[in-house]
Amino acid sequence: MTTFGSFVHKETLHILRDTRTMMIVLLMPVVLILLFSYAISTEVNNVRFAVVSPHYTSAVLEQVRHLEANPNLRFAGFIEPTEIDATLRQGKADVVLCYSADYDRISAGIEQGASMQLVADMSNPNNGTMATAVVQGAILSSQASLAAALQPDIRILYNPQMKSSFNFVPGVLGLVFMLICGMMTSVSIVREKEVGTMEILLVSPVKPLQIILAKMTPYFMISCLNLTTALLLAKYLLQLPLTGSITALIIISVLFIVLALGLGLLISVMVSKQIVAILISGMLLMIPVMMLSGMMFPIENLPHFFRELSVIIPARWYIAALRKLMIQGLPFLGVWKEMLIISVMTLGILSISLKRFNDRLA
Amino acid sequence: MKTLFYLIRKELLQFKRNTFLPKLILAFPIVMMLILPLIANMEVKNVSVVIVDNDYSSLSRLLAEKMDASSYFTLKGTFSSYNEALSLLEESKVDAVLSIPQDWEKSLSQPHPQRVSISTNGVNSTKGSIGGQYLSSLVLQTMQASLGSQASIHNPLTVINFYNPTQDYRRFMIPALMIMVIIMLCCFLPTLNIVSEKEEGTMEQMNVTPVPRFTFIASKLIPYWIMGLLVLGEAMIIAWLVYNLSPMGSIGTIFLGALLFILTMSGFGLLISNISGNMQQAMFVMFFFVIIFILMSGLFTPVTSMPAWCQKLAYAFPPRYFIEIMRDVYLKGTHLVELWPNLLALTGFAAFFDTWAILSYRKQQ
Repeated sequence: MTTFGSFVHKETLHILRDTRTMMIVLLMPVVLILLFSYAISTEVNNVRFAVVSPHYTSAVLEQVRHLEANPNLRFAGFIEPTEIDATLRQGKADVVLCYSADYDRISAGIEQGASMQLVADMSNPNNGTMATAVVQGAILSSQASLAAALQPDIRILYNPQMKSSFNFVPGVLGLVFMLICGMMTSVSIVREKEVGTMEILLVSPVKPLQIILAKMTPYFMISCLNLTTALLLAKYLLQLPLTGSITALIIISVLFIVLALGLGLLISVMVSKQIVAILISGMLLMIPVMMLSGMMFPIENLPHFFRELSVIIPARWYIAALRKLMIQGLPFLGVWKEMLIISVMTLGILSISLKRFNDRLA
Repeated sequence: MKTLFYLIRKELLQFKRNTFLPKLILAFPIVMMLILPLIANMEVKNVSVVIVDNDYSSLSRLLAEKMDASSYFTLKGTFSSYNEALSLLEESKVDAVLSIPQDWEKSLSQPHPQRVSISTNGVNSTKGSIGGQYLSSLVLQTMQASLGSQASIHNPLTVINFYNPTQDYRRFMIPALMIMVIIMLCCFLPTLNIVSEKEEGTMEQMNVTPVPRFTFIASKLIPYWIMGLLVLGEAMIIAWLVYNLSPMGSIGTIFLGALLFILTMSGFGLLISNISGNMQQAMFVMFFFVIIFILMSGLFTPVTSMPAWCQKLAYAFPPRYFIEIMRDVYLKGTHLVELWPNLLALTGFAAFFDTWAILSYRKQQ
């Protein structure tokens, strides 16, 4: 145990010596969670609308005043009909509301037909749709017509303020663990190979397995530290519900950390150059986590092939389980499927990488 | 000047001799441009819905039929109890529950009509809110179609979609994804360049030559400049061939922006490379910034949706300006003169990072 202890000590010193990496590793989850919990949002507020009208009658002016008072809308000024394209193209407004010449008579109920046209910048379809809906809702409510009373009543459950951060925190955790455990372990083992100090370690009376375990221990501890800070931030700063089973949350996170360490080990056994280790972990660990885990892009939107492929990405299951536990507040049994899959994957990857590791050294 | 020429030749020769890099530059943009647009899709479609029908009228049946026929929704069934439907929502098996009150159709002709209620799953907030909007407009349309004879129900507004009339999310993402490809190559490769020379020891040899700092950094920057422009050209050709997407505005504007942007990003990469002691450190610092660049610059989520202080912070990230240029020129055909604030900002960033990269290179440690 003392040999193992002193090895862990040596590895910890290696990590602590490189203050810049250390800072990044410890600060990364905090900065990512803080920044993205506020910044990553797709909600549409402050829709800027410009108005075109052939006559500035009192009915038109009154409705513009009414729309201006809506907290989600910002008035961008009256423009000429010829300026519609230029206004939208230069991004001075998101939508242009065009009144027809007979708006007064239609709104007074004398005539029938559409009295307004909304020209929307649809270059971002999601934003454009939401902006149109906001303006449409505001106009309907200003008219107090029957159409307003018929509008369906929309309720959004589980995340009523529509905070995208809720959705994002699990993704950040998955990304950070892959980065710290997977990438750092593989690079640090390969570095010893490249410099030649690995050989020296291997001729020492310490068992190879112990060397590897000692290398992993500090990264494991850093990850546990990161998990704690992330959970505290999520709970007290972002006010995530966190009503699910905390035990399940911790167990599945530890399993995922071990799995990431195993992946790092696997990569390090296979390659002998740092730069190759970096590129492989970048392509096999980071890109799948960003693209195929459902962190940014919903899995059900993926094309069929990638949806099938995402089944083998561990982070997909981890993130799904975390969302259930942190946002929806399911109990331990609610995530049994994810838990089982992650456990099997962890066992599989650990045994393959340890086997390969022993083969190489035998 | 002559020294610079020889140094650039040296870099290009080294690059050509490398077994991996030329292949990477050729294949990476192709693979990324073929795969990314398929994945980076936040289009809201296939919203799965269950209906809780307490009305059993012809109108509620018409609504269910319309929903089944629409490509935006998948009807997952009709229930009579709200709680049963809600439990499906809770297990994330469906995205929305549409609940129709008793005597809904009858009440529509009365002064106080009943309202349909829609509950959506907000865990995926985009799908929750936009799916809800789509459902709501489907309900309104259905009511208008069947009760259109009553004038008061008429919707006073018609909507015209500019720039992307088919609401194709890919058209919006592809110009920005090209920038992601440029960021990945033009940030990481320069970052590894100087630091790997340091690890191999060839840096020391460089340091004892009389080459001035400016010439040395310029000789490292210019090859990446050429590389970045080639990569952009490659990506634009793929966008045109595969996705049938070509810029509405002038290609010259795009390349002018790209010239400045690549100078900025590779200058930043060289700066990190200069101040890092080993590859691991350089990679981690770069990773940190690249993730922030990608997520804070409006690539995936719009800058205008951020809170005010984040919007101010976003001015400090160079990709933001180039993403705006690309999207505006590609989709809206915005003119060069209308984009002067963005081009000016990129010029400033390029000058700032490149000067810093030159200053941070020290021949004596």
